[in-house]
Amino acid sequence: MTIRHHLSDQLLMSYAAGELPEAFNLVVATHVSLCDDCRAQLASFEAVGGAMIETTALADMSDDSLAACMDRIDGLSQATARRPLRGAGVFPAPLADYVGGGPDKVRWRNVGMGVKQAVIRTGKDASARLLYIPGGQAVPDHGHRGLELTLVLQGAFRDDSDRFGPGDIEIADEAMQHTPVAEEGQVCICLAATDAPLKFNGLIPRLAQPFFGI
Amino acid sequence: MQADEVETDWAALVIRVRDHQDKAAFAALFRHFAPRVKAFLMKSGADATLAEECAQDVMATLWQKAGLFDPSRASVATWVFTIARNRRIDALRKARRPEPEDLPWGPEPEPDQAEVLEAQQDTDRLGAALAQLPEKQRALIERAFYGDLSHSEIAAETGLPLGTIKSRIRLALERLRQQMS
Repeated sequence: MTIRHHLSDQLLMSYAAGELPEAFNLVVATHVSLCDDCRAQLASFEAVGGAMIETTALADMSDDSLAACMDRIDGLSQATARRPLRGAGVFPAPLADYVGGGPDKVRWRNVGMGVKQAVIRTGKDASARLLYIPGGQAVPDHGHRGLELTLVLQGAFRDDSDRFGPGDIEIADEAMQHTPVAEEGQVCICLAATDAPLKFNGLIPRLAQPFFGI
Repeated sequence: MQADEVETDWAALVIRVRDHQDKAAFAALFRHFAPRVKAFLMKSGADATLAEECAQDVMATLWQKAGLFDPSRASVATWVFTIARNRRIDALRKARRPEPEDLPWGPEPEPDQAEVLEAQQDTDRLGAALAQLPEKQRALIERAFYGDLSHSEIAAETGLPLGTIKSRIRLALERLRQQMS
């Protein structure tokens, strides 16, 4: 997998700091699962957190704190092996964990023209969904309020400026008006997250918006 | 900080906890890291009681997960930070945090000592670099990590020398991919 479009440093640092909404966390964790470059960059931001812990002014622990903790670990067993989460099909582990498996486990809903989507339950401060776009079909044209991340898991799409293949992430903001179209061939499956409801330009999709939960 | 703490090999202590359930080693780790974790959580908005409780949780997690720590990838401080961060998300934001897929590597029984040293030195160098940043910039980075800034306010430009850490880990990942293929 050759990934050409990566997460921004801002997103990786926010994820390292633990400050992203859950829906964005899911997209970041899924991309990092596929991308060694972003995994390494994330580790460097986590090292900043380590350096801060190491250099911070100390808080006083209460007197019996160590004794209490010693008592606590007395009864604790130690983990001997990871129980790694497994990916399923084109879904890396974190996404497969949310969906309960691969693309065959997704409960797709038709949104017209062969395009399907499925909302993934996350915290309310941002929303995540899977998109299923047959080759040649356009994702409905939408403007953005807020930040939108789109991660390609299978197939590819193009918009006015570029091509996005498996593992690539598109980061779009308010200023962007675009019309992504899935490439002919394999169905394009994407994971998308936004911190604002989508605003479709077409009348009918806009009316349909509340019903589809996007 | 006491002078002798500078030289302490924290990774070796975690490995003693892992291999021998060594309580003296754990106590040393607790005395060093628990007050730091508590301070971190208080700066993140926890009151003293909650921060104390969570700091104990973090140290208990360190005991439980000592066997999963790979000292050639991250320093103990960095590992403790990630545990504390996750505890904070849990306790203060009550949100779920999906983690990247685990790679099928480490921890190796005998990690490469040179790499362990490098991971520790990365943290030391970053600490020194952090201290040398202009006050305004350092404050922004600290606020980002204490959860005081929203994701849209966090600036990616830290002014910190992160390139070496990224390349070191990138190389380790390449080696791992080669072994797997």
